Formats: sequence, structure tokens, C-alpha cells
Amino acid sequence: MAENNTLGDSLRRHGVSRRGFLKFCTATASLMALPPSMVPAIAAALEKARRPSVIWLSFQECTGCTESLTRSHSPSVESLIFDHISLDYHHTLQAAAGEAAEAAREAAMHENKGNYILVVDGSIPLGNPGYSTIAGISNLQMLEETAKDAAAIVAVGTCAAFGGLPQANPNPTGAVSVSDIIKNKPIINVSGCPPIPTVITGVLAHFLTFGTIPELDQYNRPKVFYGQSIHDRCYRRPFYDKGLFAETFDDEGAKAGWCLYKLGCKGPMTYNACATTKWNQGTSWPVESGHGCLGCSEPRFWDAGGFYNALSVPISDNSQTVAFAAAAGLVLGAAAAGLNYKTKDEAQKAHANVTVDDLEKTS
Amino acid sequence: MNEPMDFLIWTRGTAFDIAVTIFVIGVILRLFEIISLGRKQNLAEPKGTEFGPGMRTIFTRSIPDPGTFRRQPLTVVTGYLFHIGLFVGLFLFVPHIELFRATFGFGWPGLPNPIVDAATVLAIIGLLAGLWHRLMNPVMRKISSGEDWLVWTLTFLPILTGYLAYHRMVNPYPLILGLHVLSVEALLIAFPFTKLMHTFTVFLSRWYNGAMSGRRGVES
Amino acid sequence: MSQATLERGINALKEQIDAPVAAFFSSCVSCGMCAEACLFYTETGDPKYTPIYKLEPLRRVWESEYTLFGKLKKALGLHKPVTDQMLAEWQELLYDSCTMCARCSMVCPVGNDIAYMVRKTREGMVASGNSPEGVKGAATRAVTIGSPMGVKLSALEAQIRHIEADSGLKIPMDVEGADYLALLSSMEIMNFPEYLQALAKIFKQAGVSWTLCSSAFEATNSGIQIGSSDIARTLVQRIVDGAERLKVKHVISPECGHAYTAIRWDGPNLIGRPFPFRVVHILELLDELRAAGRIKTRDLESDRHTFHDPCSIARKGGVIDGPRRLMNMVTSDFVDMKEHGKMAWCCGGGGGVSSNEDADELRIRAFKKKRDQIAETGAEVLVTACANCRLVIEEGLEEYKVELPVVGLSELIADHLVVDEEPPETPE
Repeated sequence: MAENNTLGDSLRRHGVSRRGFLKFCTATASLMALPPSMVPAIAAALEKARRPSVIWLSFQECTGCTESLTRSHSPSVESLIFDHISLDYHHTLQAAAGEAAEAAREAAMHENKGNYILVVDGSIPLGNPGYSTIAGISNLQMLEETAKDAAAIVAVGTCAAFGGLPQANPNPTGAVSVSDIIKNKPIINVSGCPPIPTVITGVLAHFLTFGTIPELDQYNRPKVFYGQSIHDRCYRRPFYDKGLFAETFDDEGAKAGWCLYKLGCKGPMTYNACATTKWNQGTSWPVESGHGCLGCSEPRFWDAGGFYNALSVPISDNSQTVAFAAAAGLVLGAAAAGLNYKTKDEAQKAHANVTVDDLEKTS
Repeated sequence: MNEPMDFLIWTRGTAFDIAVTIFVIGVILRLFEIISLGRKQNLAEPKGTEFGPGMRTIFTRSIPDPGTFRRQPLTVVTGYLFHIGLFVGLFLFVPHIELFRATFGFGWPGLPNPIVDAATVLAIIGLLAGLWHRLMNPVMRKISSGEDWLVWTLTFLPILTGYLAYHRMVNPYPLILGLHVLSVEALLIAFPFTKLMHTFTVFLSRWYNGAMSGRRGVES
Repeated sequence: MSQATLERGINALKEQIDAPVAAFFSSCVSCGMCAEACLFYTETGDPKYTPIYKLEPLRRVWESEYTLFGKLKKALGLHKPVTDQMLAEWQELLYDSCTMCARCSMVCPVGNDIAYMVRKTREGMVASGNSPEGVKGAATRAVTIGSPMGVKLSALEAQIRHIEADSGLKIPMDVEGADYLALLSSMEIMNFPEYLQALAKIFKQAGVSWTLCSSAFEATNSGIQIGSSDIARTLVQRIVDGAERLKVKHVISPECGHAYTAIRWDGPNLIGRPFPFRVVHILELLDELRAAGRIKTRDLESDRHTFHDPCSIARKGGVIDGPRRLMNMVTSDFVDMKEHGKMAWCCGGGGGVSSNEDADELRIRAFKKKRDQIAETGAEVLVTACANCRLVIEEGLEEYKVELPVVGLSELIADHLVVDEEPPETPE
């Protein structure tokens, strides 16, 4: 339930020092590409921010997004922020179950009508509603009724943002994203499979600080986190430019930390903050650990060809296409040759001997 | 909502299959069409051989006759700039090599990107200068057909979009990469049915020229 | 049925298109370099004389008949057909402004043999009745009278009598079993009889067994020039018949460009079987005699000489180094033109142009190229090996008021020949 104390109070009660809090504010400011002069304003705003009510709906998902957030090591200000938002409904995390849980959701919706934040992870099946239900309520119905009075919606994870793996060809459940259904609410997509925890907290911090949603890119992702490609911020980029590539996962190039493009890294087409924010409290990130980027924060990354094929490699088996086309070409070529032979043969048969008596036109 | 990625996936998937199929069938068909027309057996006593001189001309025709070069250096210079730039960009850029490797099962070493980038700039300069020349030179204007302008455009677009994509000058990247791939597909589809075929038939033409001259004891 | 029609013309073009033609048209990128190799363009600056442009009729037939895309265009009515009007318009381009010198064929970056295709396109022009009057007349005279200039055997016999009387040399006629059958061009008979005299002198000294043939003395072939294989075949057949009748081992092509093309390269293909004799150009034979030490020269010319390569002999015939060795036998100051041999510039009168009155003015304009080339060498004498080139150059120089003697290389050799008092007996 939303309590009548501020975020600042709550943090202090949990032993977060002023120093730690300001450090978080500074990090948040830099994360959101705000000038350092904004730090006091952020701190002041956050101090006074009332704990917002958050309703978290999980649809067709793997719980990876929730895992990503909750497995972050404590103590982190990020996790504390999560402790101190009023997470009024999250069916993975909450103790309540069944009708009691649904009652909590409805209560939160009523109490904070028009002010609560709706967080969604997972895609919504439009095929048979029975593919995914909660307490007998279809995902579609639950989303529509919960979204109705939300202040804003945060679609966490690529499933909620873009449809995600459930939507992968041939999309058996008819999975769609939140924005495919909800058209009249501000939606912030925090894509990634899973998304970076800092990015989620950053978005919430922005909302708390300014009461608005951050500037978004064309996929409704906060530009501050999704404005640059992995490739552009990758520490291995110099190897790409020099033409130094790992050819296999255990060759000398791989050991030397060369570019993983040839091993299928989708960094060039992927917009996310992994290369700068990193994962696990800044320990590492996929490319640093020696594996190419899968492109998981991009729409339809799941249908964009093999994870271990270079981005320039066509999605379907090109050598097979070439082989079939070559065979067809031989057959059609032989036919074309036959036609040409016939045309020329007929012309030769139609030849009338030219003599000096034939040099003038009829006229 | 998802257009640029859908577009990229389509260009890298279905559209690529269609383009490659048309390209491969078309090129083979055209080569059959050409070679099947045959050559009459030559009964005149030869002064020289055909095969060797033909092969020789395939290489030597890349070097212009000095007198002709002096008369029309721009044609030669723009031609060199464009062809060398295109060759480097097409065959020595690592992502392209990966495409060939996936198709043919083998690859070759590429060049560092700044070199490929410079070559691409040369190709673009060569093509633009070539276009200007085609517009200004009375001979080229006289003999240029709609096809020549089409072929110029189809050649220019992949290089331009490739350059823009590499330098990430258009956002989002999937859009410009998709446009690059699409422009290549347009090129592949038009290829067999236009003078783009000279890429392959130039070897035939030069060989025939060299062989016919070689038979008469002349190096052509 | 004797009449030329568009249908026959197009059919002829269809017959002529072969794999090289298809490869050439597929390869052309309209770069225009061929224009820079063509003296009709360089001397006029008119882009319509661009060699590849002259082939548009052949290209259209190739596209619509022998390419899938062209057939599709034709079916959809998008194809521009070859019309009689178009061919009439192209007559100037294919005859007046093209000597089939093949210089363009040497510079085309994609290797297109444009002259090869012009020759083929002329087949369609003849069959559709779009060849120039002058060339038609020459072809008609060649077939009906026996020579494009209307020279009859009696005229040749008269010249022979003159030469024999003047020089005391014997000109053999119809000698069965001779090693060599010498052919002549009408121009040599009428304008340059010194050629025949030179032959008699050189062959006597070198001990060459040779003869003329009363039924086959004319080497030129108007069929090749007008571009009709049928007419060319008729004319070549006369030479083959004559040579076979006299059972000669060799036939000598005279100082004439296209005659060499006609007999040496096209002849066996026209009659459909290899020749039972060898064809040599007179310069090739002279070079062989020189190499064998059978002819020697003295008193080298000290004036500066240069040599004009007849296109059919040099670029299209491979007779390039021999003439230079021969030039050095007779001159001490031989200078080649800057572009010579396989890159020589045409005199502007080959390929039937000199017998085509429509082209007279254009030919003179185009001749500037040769005039300038000669002037650049500073030569005082121009030597060549083709009666047609010789006449065209003489006319051109006169037009531009340049005083410069033009001589045939064979005559020059004869002039400087070391003649023994007692010539060796001809070996049997």
C-alpha cells in the first residue's frame, strides 16, 4: 500500500547515508545525460518524492526480467529504490495468491486511480486467451483494465516492449507487445532480454524526479539509455576498424579480445547501454565476457538470423538458394540457348543469295 | 512500430533470396544465350594461336592505349577510381567477405576499415565524376540510353548507402543497413538484364577480341 | 525475286549475330572511348560518328531476337524496331564514316571488336538495299566485268606489253605449276603499273617461279567492302579456281589492304573449305626473301622516310615488323609515325570509302589525321603497301597542298635491288 512517507525518509531508515544517496543521484544524472548541476535538484526531488504505487503484471514471460532485477547484489541503491516504491502487485514476488492477490491489485488501482505506474513484462497472446491466464483472467483483459487508470506504463523486457521470443516465427500464441494493444497511455519501453536493472531504476527515478517520462526514441525507449549502439560504445571497436577479428571462440584472436563480428555479434544494429553501464554492478557485459551481442533489445532480434552468423550474412541459407538457382539457371539457360539456336537456324534457312542484281530497293 | 527491423529482416531474408535467385538464374541464362550463338569454324590458316592471346587481352585491355588515354583521360581515370574502389569495398570489406563465406564456404582476408572507407570514397568520387562526364561529354551523351542512367543509379546507391551505414549517418542503423541491402538487391535483379552483365561478359569480349587478333598474329 | 528488302536485311543481321557479337553488346558500357580511336570522330567532333553508335541496327536486332529481356520488350511493344528509314539514315554511319580500320577494336576497354560488327552489319545493309551507290557500282563491275574499276584482261595485257617493252623483263601469264600466283589490284594495273614491274624485277633476281592468271588477276574484293559474303564468295571463287587450275603453291596478295583480308582471312571461310595453297602478302614474301638472303639492296635513300601501315595488312593482318625490316633495307633515315603498326591511323579511304562518292568530303576532312601524323615525322617520302591507301593519301595531300611523294614499298625495294648480271636458274 502506498504509505504517506517520502523516498528520502525510507532510504534513511534503511541506513543509506546522505553520501550514498547523492552518489546515486549523481550516477542517475550522468546515466540520463543530465548536467552535474542537476544533481541537487534530483536529490531534492527524490527526497520529497512520495512512494508511488506500482502494479507489475507478468504475462507470457520467463521471469528473466524479474530475476535480473532481484538478483542484483545488495546493498544497492537500485534495489532500495525497489524496496521503497510501493510494489502493490507482482505475482512472482508477492506473498498473496489467487483472489487475495487480485483484490490487492484492484485496491491499488482504486486508491491511486490515475497515478499508479503500470509495469508489464511478457507479451500478450491474442490467439487463444487460454495460452496465458492469471486467476482465470486473460492477459488481454487484465492489461486493458489495469492500463485504463495508469499514469504511465513501463514495458519491461523485449517481450512486453516488442513481443519478444513468444512472438518468434511462427508465433504460435499470437503474441503482441503492450503498445500493440494500449494506444492511449504513455508507454516507456525498456527493452532487453532481460533489460539492464539500472535502466529500469533510471527510468523510474526520472519519473519520480520530474514527474514526466524521459525523452524517447522511435521505439519509445529512453534515449539516454538506448541512444547509442553497442558497436559505437564497444571497447572492442578499435579491433573492428583495424580488421582484427576472432574467428572462433577459442582462437588467439578471441583470447586477445578482438572483435566478435564474425562470430555473430549484433552490436552494430543494437541500441542499448550494456557497453557503458555493464551488468552485475558494472562487473562485465556479454562482449567483455567473450560472446557477441545477440541484439536482444531490438525488435524481432529473435527472427533476425542465426546468433552466430555475422550481421552481413543473409537470414536464410544463401548457399542453398544459389545452388537451386544455379540448377534452375542451367535448365532455363539451355532452353534460351535452344530458342536462340532455332532463331538463327531459321534465319540461315531463310537466307536468299545476294547477287549484284539485288542491291537496289524495290520502291 | 517495428518497421526498420522488419524491413531489415525482410531485406536480409525473403528479398535477398528473391534477388539472388533472379541474379543467379539470370546470369547463367544470359551466358548460355550468348555462348550458344557460337562462332563459325575458322578455315583460314592461322598465323598465331587463339587461346593465349585471348587470355592475354583479358589482362592487357585494363591498360589503356596511351594515345587514346591522352585524348580522353577522364573516362579512364574515373573508370579506374570507381572499379578499384568498388572492388576493394565489395571484396575486401570483412562483413562482405563473411557473406561470401556463408555462401561459398570459403573466405579471404579483408582490409582494415579505414582503407576500405577510403576506397569507397574514391569509388563515389569516380562515379560522380563519371556521371558529370556522361552529362557533359557530347559522345557519351549521344550514346547513353536510359539503361546507362539506370545502371549508374543502381551502382551508386549501394555504395552510397553502404558508406552511410558504415559511418552510421542515418538512424536507426537497421533502416540504413536495410536500404543498403535493398539497393544491392535492386542491383542484383537488374544485373543479368542490363549492361551490368559486362562484369562477366567483359572476359568473353576481351578473350574473343584477343583470340581473333591473335589468330592473325596481332596482339590486341 | 531480285530485290533488296528490309525483311532480307533483318534476316541477314539475324544470321550474322554470333557469340562474340552477343558478348560485345552485353559488355558495352557506353564509355565512348571508341570515338577517340576513330578519325571520323576526332577530325569532325561529331558524336554521331562514335563507332559503337554505328552498330545500333545490329544491337537492336540482337536485343529483340537473342535476349530474353529484349523478346519480352518486343512482346510488350516496347522495343524500338529497325526500320528501313533507320537503315537509310545509318548508311552514312556504316559506310561513309567507317573504313573498318578496326582501330576502335584495339582501344575498347571491354574488348569489343567493333569493326568485326560493322562488317556484319553491312550484310544487313546490302540485303536491305542500303549500301551507297558508289560501292554498289564497284561490286557490280567486279562481278560483271571482273574488276571494280572495270579493268579487263585486255587492259592488263596492254600494261604487260608496255612493261615488258620498257624493262625487258618477262611477265609470265598462265604458267601451270608455278610456285607463286601473283594477284593485282585494278589500281595497280591502271595507276601504279610500276608495282608489276617491281615484282618482275625482284622475282627474276630472287629466282621466284611465278605467274599471273588470265582468269584470276584481280585481287580486290568489292563483296568484302560492300559487306556481302555472297558477292565476296563469287569473287574469291575466281581466284581459287585460277590458282587450282594453275596448281600453284602460293597466292600473293598484292599491295592492297582489303584484298589481303578477302583472300587471306575470309577466303577459305567464304568458300567453306581450306585453301590447297598458301596466301602471302607481297611484303611477307619480300621479307622471307630478305631473310633467306635472296634479295639484297644498295644505295640507301638518305631522305627521311616514313611508313603508312595499311589497316588490313597491319592491324588486321599481322604484317607489322616485316615492312619495317624492309624499310631499313632501303632507307637510312626511317622514322615511324608516333602511332603506327597495330595502332596506325587509317588513311580514311578503306572499307569501300574511297569508291563511295557520298563520302568524298568527309574522307578529306578525316584525312587531316594522317596529314598531321606524316607532318609530325618530318618525312620527305611516305611509303606504303596498299594501292588504295596510296591513292587516297595522294589525293588528300593534294587537297591540303602538301608536296610529298608517296611510293609503294615493293617498288622501293625493286629500285634498290642488287641485280646480278647472270640471274640464277629458277630451280624446278
